Amino acid sequence: MHFTINGKSYEAEVDVRTSLLDLCREHLGLTGSKKGCDHGQCGACTMLVNGRRINACLTLAVMHQDDEIMTIEGLGTVENLHPLQAAFVKHDGYQCGYCTPGQICSAVGMLDEVKKGWASHVSADLTDPAFDESEISERMSGNICRCAAYPNIVEAIREVAAEQREVAA
Amino acid sequence: MIEQAIDAAERPGGLARAVQGVLGAAVPRVEGPLKVTGFAPYAYERAPDGVVYAAVVGASVGAGRVTRVDAAAARALPGVLAVIDDDPRLPAGGANSRAMPHQGTDRVFHYGQPVAVVVAETQAVAREAAALVRVEAEPALGRYDAADLPIERAPKAAFLAPVDTGDLDAALRDAAVVLDRTYTTPAHFPAALEPHASTIWWEGDVLTVRSSNQIVGAARTTIATALGMAPDKVRVLAPYVGGGFGGKTGVGPEVILAAIAAERLRRPVKVALPRRDTAYLVHHRSPTTQRVRIACDRDGHIAAIAHESVAQQNDDAGFVEPVPFGTIPLYAGAARRMTTDLVRVDLPPTGAVRAPGEAIGTFATECAMDELAEELGLDPIELRRRNEPAYDPSTSRPFSTRRLLDCYDEGARRFGWPERVPDPGSALDGEWLIGIGMATALRGNFTVTAEAEVRLDAGGAATVSCDMTDIGTGTYTILAQTVAEILGLAPAAVTVRLGDTDLPPTAGSGGSFGAGSATSAAALACEEVLAELARRMNAAPEELVLRDGQVSAGARSVPLADLVRDDPIVARGRSTPGQQAKRTSQASHGAHFAEVAVNAVTGEVRVRRMVGVFDVGRVLNRATATNQLVGGMIWGISYALGEAAVVDPRSGRFVNPDFGEYHVAVNADVPRIECHFVEEIDDAANQTGAKAVGELGISGAGAAVINAIHNATGVRVRDVPATLDTLLPALPPV
Repeated sequence: MHFTINGKSYEAEVDVRTSLLDLCREHLGLTGSKKGCDHGQCGACTMLVNGRRINACLTLAVMHQDDEIMTIEGLGTVENLHPLQAAFVKHDGYQCGYCTPGQICSAVGMLDEVKKGWASHVSADLTDPAFDESEISERMSGNICRCAAYPNIVEAIREVAAEQREVAA
Repeated sequence: MIEQAIDAAERPGGLARAVQGVLGAAVPRVEGPLKVTGFAPYAYERAPDGVVYAAVVGASVGAGRVTRVDAAAARALPGVLAVIDDDPRLPAGGANSRAMPHQGTDRVFHYGQPVAVVVAETQAVAREAAALVRVEAEPALGRYDAADLPIERAPKAAFLAPVDTGDLDAALRDAAVVLDRTYTTPAHFPAALEPHASTIWWEGDVLTVRSSNQIVGAARTTIATALGMAPDKVRVLAPYVGGGFGGKTGVGPEVILAAIAAERLRRPVKVALPRRDTAYLVHHRSPTTQRVRIACDRDGHIAAIAHESVAQQNDDAGFVEPVPFGTIPLYAGAARRMTTDLVRVDLPPTGAVRAPGEAIGTFATECAMDELAEELGLDPIELRRRNEPAYDPSTSRPFSTRRLLDCYDEGARRFGWPERVPDPGSALDGEWLIGIGMATALRGNFTVTAEAEVRLDAGGAATVSCDMTDIGTGTYTILAQTVAEILGLAPAAVTVRLGDTDLPPTAGSGGSFGAGSATSAAALACEEVLAELARRMNAAPEELVLRDGQVSAGARSVPLADLVRDDPIVARGRSTPGQQAKRTSQASHGAHFAEVAVNAVTGEVRVRRMVGVFDVGRVLNRATATNQLVGGMIWGISYALGEAAVVDPRSGRFVNPDFGEYHVAVNADVPRIECHFVEEIDDAANQTGAKAVGELGISGAGAAVINAIHNATGVRVRDVPATLDTLLPALPPV
């Protein structure tokens, strides 16, 4: 099969049972995405497929032949961090680091959802949701951090979102 | 090597004179960029070529004997390389430096106990094959419900010797006020986000284990013992660990199984526990029943305090939850009784989970103090203040440092405690009942032996090495800061090597002793470096000033790089416990404050804000220490409101062994949390003067939430978690 991941082409022969997560981690050497539960319950495996965040453990590799897949490795590098990656370092938005790639990919997808005006469970106005800390917390609750660095995760995302808004304005 | 037992409360000269100003600062984690880009390698990643996959087959009953393992269907599956059930070293459970499991036994101690290991070319095949293995067993009547079982008093396995001083019965009989309450806590999973995982390979007769493990030195000895090898033939690596919380202090059975498989197949083997299997192959925090009795006069002066507990363990494991550990030095009272009794069950092992003892013990004690304050009509802080002891009330030793009263004052001021309305149910915000509560935090401080190497290579490049682990605690960064502070460098200029048994030994990450011990060893190693630098400067070490890569003595100033040139300096330090650990009573302290809103219609509890003020000795890194303490406070919210591992009493199986059903706090459960320090360097604790941090935050935090629920609603929750069904029937009418 053929996959496009982080803008690069990959050929792989995979078992039909192989999840998108295992394709990346076990077949392509892309181990940045993590496996915490393999049940879609923790969010550590979050990737972006055609721009939308997805639990890569809950989807089969064979379903993604022609999709644009983005993993944490495609967002930035140690020398050239994505603004969210830099903000997580600055605000100590992690401890052990295992949920972090999923948190960051999830935040990228989440900010795009907000930009498109999608409402959440805590949005008072369903057509024009406000953007505040409670929205970040709610929308990031599919990503468990057992170290519980949540306040710093919120702060990192809030800062990047504010910068993006300034640029947009 | 400079070796120093902590006999006197004194600081190494280099650290006392250091002027770089980086130790204690909120330096961003040095390994941060690797973590946020996904390039930090964890145990299951970057395996050697030709790696194959192992999957564990577990017992199909909770008690009894395994009679036959039928692996025919599994062996017939294409891609299966082996099903191993006949090795006499197959472990029945996890092992640690204090206790080995039964090996090669047919007895079942709990459901899911390892019986065989399957090895296959791919992960999917290994898991399917494991499911195809039929484990036949002769079941026995399992002991799954502790309520019906006999209690073993003062069990030999207990970590904590019973405390029994003064005449408790007389004090309880004669006191003006006696509080007698029983609290219960359920089983808790450590639930590190990275499941237990290892990559294992043999090179000749040397075994290398890359493992998700908190203490690699102990793991090496344990693995060698289990496999009948010499420890120097085992190397354990743990450069990155995706959370531990006590669950990764020992060696899981999957490590031994995979090592046996790798030996038999002569190929590298990887193993990672499926999430639901972690409930059976990893220990959990024991459920407890805790009776707290406090006798005092009408002014609240405590005459007697008793904290008696019953925990659970199976017949294979040796740990006993030291429930009253935090109560022992906490409050005054001449008559004291603290006990840890046990019920034997046929369930997965119980063990150390973040703050064993204090995490749940302080829940009972701190809720009891709140109840007593209400009964006496006293402010909860005032009751604690009246019972603040001048010395350890159980051992009569002086405290090394104890700034608990300052934590109360600072926390009360920052939180706005004086505005509290003591009458429950007095504050309403729409349909929400608002309340505030507080509780004390205490976590014992342990001093353990640690060694570290510090070297300066050509050009002045500094490296610090030891076999400590960084499980998210910040070890990489605080070691870089310690060495940078003393040698006058930027933290980024110091390379830190950890998590490898080839490096100088430490006791790893556990019991919150890691940071203080490892940084102390590094500080001692720096003393030796300074002595050599002084010799090269023709000066006394006391004359040296090291800052920004320059070494000065009097009017002379030389770049550090020039002093090293082609002649590297290699130094070792070793810090060991000494007289101070015996002479003084050592602990970290703190005060938690919480505000909750309880929905009067639905019983839903929202924590609105929390403030914690902590006395942890020297703060090595303000950002990482804060993060850990806040994380601990969130664990408090989590067990107060959600966490409970439930056993099916018919089968001995867990009902909810995954993140979907075992509810840990998520982002939306967590409010704004403030963390502040009352900092006093504790020179009696260790050379750097840093006390326990990692487990302090959880101690008492759950009690502050539960006490706030009482202030909001008038409902006393004595059995956590405080789920909707426990609150609803007792809520006041809206």
